[in-house]
Parts: sequence; structure tokens; C-alpha cells
Amino acid sequence: MSPEIDTRPQVETQTLEVNLGPQHPSTHGVFRMVATLDGETVIRLKPVMGYMHRNHEKIAEGLTYIGCFPYTDRLDYFCAMTNNLALAVAIERLAGIQVSERGEYIRVIMAELTRLVNHTAVTGFLLNDMGAFGTPLLYAFREREKILDLFEAASGSRMMCNYVRPGGVREDLPAGWVERAWEIVRAYPKFLDEFETLLTKNDIILQRTQQVGKLPQPLAVSAGITGPMLRASGVNYDIRKVDGYSVYPRVQFKVPLGTVGDVYDRYLIRILEMRESLKILEQALQALPTTSPSISPKGAAMGKAPRTFRPPKGHAYGRIEAPKGELGFFLVSDGSPQPYRYRIRPPSFINLTVLEDMCLGQKVADVIVILGSIDIVLCEVDR
Amino acid sequence: MARRLVGFHVLRGMGVTLKTFCETYPWGRAVLRVLRIPSTNGLVTIEYPEVKQQHSERFRYFPFLVYDGTPDDLRCVACKICEQECPPQCIHIVMEKDAQGRPVKVHGRTLPAQFDIDMSICMSCRICVDVCPFDAIEMDNAYELSASDRFEHMLFDKQRLLKSNEYFQQIKPTEASEVDQRLAAKQKKTAAPAQAQPASAAPSSPPAAPPGAGPAAPPTGRTPGPQPTGPPRAPQSPPPGA
Repeated sequence: MSPEIDTRPQVETQTLEVNLGPQHPSTHGVFRMVATLDGETVIRLKPVMGYMHRNHEKIAEGLTYIGCFPYTDRLDYFCAMTNNLALAVAIERLAGIQVSERGEYIRVIMAELTRLVNHTAVTGFLLNDMGAFGTPLLYAFREREKILDLFEAASGSRMMCNYVRPGGVREDLPAGWVERAWEIVRAYPKFLDEFETLLTKNDIILQRTQQVGKLPQPLAVSAGITGPMLRASGVNYDIRKVDGYSVYPRVQFKVPLGTVGDVYDRYLIRILEMRESLKILEQALQALPTTSPSISPKGAAMGKAPRTFRPPKGHAYGRIEAPKGELGFFLVSDGSPQPYRYRIRPPSFINLTVLEDMCLGQKVADVIVILGSIDIVLCEVDR
Repeated sequence: MARRLVGFHVLRGMGVTLKTFCETYPWGRAVLRVLRIPSTNGLVTIEYPEVKQQHSERFRYFPFLVYDGTPDDLRCVACKICEQECPPQCIHIVMEKDAQGRPVKVHGRTLPAQFDIDMSICMSCRICVDVCPFDAIEMDNAYELSASDRFEHMLFDKQRLLKSNEYFQQIKPTEASEVDQRLAAKQKKTAAPAQAQPASAAPSSPPAAPPGAGPAAPPTGRTPGPQPTGPPRAPQSPPPGA
């Protein structure tokens, strides 16, 4: 026996490939992650998507511009109002439609209420992913329910609102709606305080989220990440401030920024954003004009006869700061009542692209938490 | 130093859950009142089949057809605008025609011979209501419609879709009164030229539109030629030119 050969007992290890999903409650829909594990550490992660593909972009090419609105509700079903708003902004850019003053304020109120709904729900789901089954999620859903009732009172539907139209909103607010909105805006900080008492300094949450799933700033910028995820990495980029669309330049609010870019920062950014949203809501409800109509005449005419609306040839890109990030619609018009090309820039899909970078070197249990912190809705990812 | 204590904030969080637990029961609320802890007023579970949730007036589910008075006197004129605009294409309309293929008119209005909505496709978007120039289609709020068979039970025909204006006023008083006012104003407008020519009796009048106009041409009477793209503006029941 030659002395060069190592005779110590060798443990032969292999990597293990684990399929998480597609039918798995932690993936927030039908989404599959093929994780390659070395022990418990993730060394490779391949996201597989497309199970929820509904061909929305192609269907829209055969519809009128108004006919696309109910389909946008079904993109990100938490944020129907902001989805409507993004398409309305794109159509307004395409055809040069003016928005009525009251319509602008109602839109901002609805968009910020949607942000409350989304951030509350996603925080609840994040906790659900960490193993706090039910409790925080149900607290979040209790508050969400109150806002959904407001949506129903205004638009007729809790989730599939189909409310925002080019030029304003489809119907004016019903009597007594503003008072009900004020009640929620006044009561919400108390809920947030309670929610934060439950979560923000909780030792288990700190252990599970701090330094987990870090997203470095250069990567976040180069990957095109937007929304709370980008701001958690410390990049000051909020389209409400950058573009200054609608009445956002007229209201005072701050953009919360994170420092580390881990899961905890993403949680905290969402809580802080909700507090800023409440500030916007207070100012918008205060300033809501009572005299002007809720939709401009051109928009109203378009809603009555969608087939007569033929925008001039050209293209336009309209974007807003949706709760999940930059939601944009790119429309190409050939002068016919239907869009020639209709393309969506979904924030969920683009934010999902950095999933592997965040998960490498983490434990498999953290993958679920990291995915939850991205805040995806698969209907929007696959469209 | 409490901040350093491991588990202190877990316990504080449990205090929140305990408080919420107390809020769920009448005795717990009494305890909170005694301790002067402000209640955040949680939601109460609605015990569904026995108790039903109060919907807001605008709550919409599936569309229905409105008639004034008797079911024969429906507002729909089979103009097919809703059929054309429906995003998921769930409406199917056939206009009532006589043996010669000309539209049958009752009170100067054409009628749908067939009006079907496939409720398993309908996505409750309300676009049909928005585009209807006659306020003939409205959104219902009846939601207990589950059925075991898709084609037999979820394909609503005209008879099943017809509902009276009284029903509409009952479920959506604000919207129904607005619609009634609008229709009354239109009637007034159209009544003026009709009185000027009282000789033109409505039921026996021949169809105003030429045969080539197609079913999309509404019975406006004022428009001389076929206008397939433009929506009709007002339901002028007796064609004054005839």
C-alpha cells in the first residue's frame, strides 16, 4: 500500500433536487421552484412559471380599449384598482385624454387604499410562510375586509373592481362613502400599531428574517427591480415621486428606504409605506373636490361607446407605482378601436427574476420566506 | 433592559392575540371595558346560510333584462351592442323577424327573439350595462346560483333573464331612479315630434330601416341610412318619419 492514498473513511455526499410546488401553499399560486440542495443549503434554484398563463396580452388585441379593463382586474387580484389605473394612464397618454379633477383624487384614494390592502395582506402571508399559521394573516385579512367593503360600495365588486376609466372613474362615489373612508383612515394607525407590537420586534421574526435573502443594491438596480423591494435595498426610486403623475405632487409624503435589503427590511418598508399611504389618504380625502364631475366628458363618451374610440396611430407607455412595483402598459395603436399591441410590464414577474440570487447559500426553509417577501401574484407573473 | 430580554417581545405580541381573543366574546369585551383597554372593533363572523351579508347597493353579479309593466314590454331592442362589446363574448342575441326576414316591431321597437347569456363565462364586468343606450340590461345581485350542470343551468335564456323594473327599483333604488328619470326625459323629448304627427300609428308601421341595414341598425327613424358603427342615441319609440 503506497503512502499517497488517503485511507481515512470518506463520506460520499450528493446534491438533492427538490421540487417546491407547483401545487404548494407557500408558492402563492401555481409556481414551481426546482431547488438543488447540498445538505440544507440551496446551491441552485430554477423557477418554473407559466402554469397560470391566460393569454391576456393577445386577447386584448381583439378587444376594445375599454374591454381590456375587466381583464386587468385579474392580473394582480389584490390590486385591481391600481391595475385599472395603470391601463387608464397608458390610454390617456395614447389619446391625450384629460382627467377630471375629482377623478384624479378618487383614483389616488383608491390606489392608496389598494396599497394598504396589498401590504397588509402580503405581510400576513409572509408571516404565514414563516410558520405563524393564521393569526397575523387573519388580522391582516380582517382589515383588508373593511377596505374591500369600501371598494364594493364604490365599484360594485370587492376584488374585480373594473372602476377606473380613462378620464376619471366609471361612477362617482356613492353617498356617505367619504365618511366611511375617513373612519378606516382614522382607525388604521391603531391596527398598524397593534400589528407592529405583534411582529416588528418579535424575536422569532428577527431570527428568521434579518440577514436573510439579501439583495445588494447594484443587483437590484441592474435587474430592474422596482417597488418596496428596491427601496428596501436603499434605492430611492418611487414613481409617484419620479413621474409625479396624478395628484401625487400635491400631497406630502415620504419614501421609506431600507439599509440592508434583507427580508426584514422588506417587511418594515411595507409597514412604513402603509403609514405614508395613510398620510396621502388624509390629504386626498381632505382635498377631494365636490363640484367637478368624476369623469371628463371625453372619457364618459368613450365608456358609453367603446367602439367609437379610435386613438391616433402611435404608441404610449403608461406606468404607475403599483403596490408591488412599477406596473406599466405599453400600447401600440394603428388607429383602430382595438390595440395593435398590448404589453404589460408586471412588477411581480420582474421582481421574481432575482429569486435565485437571493436564495443561493441560504437554507431551504428560508427560500419560502424569501419568496414571500418578494410579494408575487402568479396571475400577474404569467398573465 | 426589557429590550434585551429574549422573548419579551414575543410575550408582548401574545398580549395582542389575547386582547383579540377577548374581543371575540361578550365577556371578553366586558373585561376590556373594565381594564379600559380600547377595543379595535373586530369583524363579526356572518353565519352564512342562516344570516346573509348586507351588500352595498352597487354590488353586481350577473346581468338581467329589465321590462316595464308586462314581460312582453321589455326595453331591449336587440341592437346587439352589448353582444359586440361583451369582453368574454357571453351574450347571444337574435332579433325577432317575420317570414319575410324583416324585423318585427311592437310599439315601434324591435324585439329580441332570443337573448342568452352564458353565466359560466360572464365575468360581471358591467360593460354591457355601461354601453346599453336603452338601459335595458342591468346588474343583478342574486348570487346563489350554483348548479350541477353548466349548460342546462348556467345558460340563461330570455325568460330567465327577464325581471321587472320594480325588482330593479327594489335592489338598486338609487340607480333605478336615475335610470327612470333619464328614460322619462328621453320620452318627453321623443313625445314632442310624435304629437305633431298623430296619424302615424305605431304597431302597423312598416320597418323604417331598409332591408340592407342589418340587425345592428337601431330603430331611430331619424337616421336616413344604415349606421352600423354609431350607437343609437335615444329610443324614439314611434318612428316619426313613417
